[in-house]
Amino acid sequence: MNETIGGIIIIIGVIFDFFGCIGLIRFPDVYNRLQASAKCVTLGTSGILFGLFIYKGFTATGIKALLCLVFIILTAPVSAHVLARGAYRSGVKPWDGSVSDDYEKDMKNIK
Amino acid sequence: MIYRIMLFLLWAFVWLLLSWPPNAAKIVTAMIVSIFVSLLTADILTSRKGTAPKKSFIDICARISWFFWYVVVFLWECLKANIDVAYRVLHPDLPIRPGTVKIKTNLKSDIALTFLANSLTLTPGRTTIDIDKERGFIYIHKLYIRKETAVGKVDAVEKFENILGKIFE
Repeated sequence: MNETIGGIIIIIGVIFDFFGCIGLIRFPDVYNRLQASAKCVTLGTSGILFGLFIYKGFTATGIKALLCLVFIILTAPVSAHVLARGAYRSGVKPWDGSVSDDYEKDMKNIK
Repeated sequence: MIYRIMLFLLWAFVWLLLSWPPNAAKIVTAMIVSIFVSLLTADILTSRKGTAPKKSFIDICARISWFFWYVVVFLWECLKANIDVAYRVLHPDLPIRPGTVKIKTNLKSDIALTFLANSLTLTPGRTTIDIDKERGFIYIHKLYIRKETAVGKVDAVEKFENILGKIFE
């Protein structure tokens, strides 16, 4: 029973990872691609790890999977933020179809 | 001092999880290692002001229960975000109107701003780019901007702000 539920959750996680990869290819610029990869890959990888925990239960493998899940949820948004900020500061322009750009005007004033 | 003891317990707990299943020898090793690690990391991970503000027991319980509610709201928003991105990725016309906008925030403390920025990154269509702490602005990149508004609040931001204000401030 646990193996079936764990397997289903792992499959859902892999599907979300796949959507993230399609977004990485289809979206036009760095910032949109970061959106797709940061969100879908976080939930997809968390789903795979949580499915592994359900599959294995409270064994050495399952507990390590839970710890990795917590660390991924804590660190993935930080890395996406740092990549977006670094790209903006080093002069990567947003896509031509962007409708507003508040950050470019105020960028000089922020330390 | 209370922060250092909590840090020690946290590191011991993480060590025990990494070396699951626990037995007597592993618990002793965990205590020895986490004494050293908590001494090394105490200055980095705890506030430099030293004294903790006095809070009543009921207040702390209320904050912890608000934190659990935050986790529920966060997971729900995270799921919605993923379905939203999946829809935009799979749609043949690629329905996006991206751009950066700035949002006013009322939160002041560092940890509350960190939580707000991180949870905004994982909610539908937003990535935090930068925080202006002095003026209280958060700059986010949005996947789909409905109207051209210069300084506006977004509903999910307000929801997270209310909850985080009750937890950390």
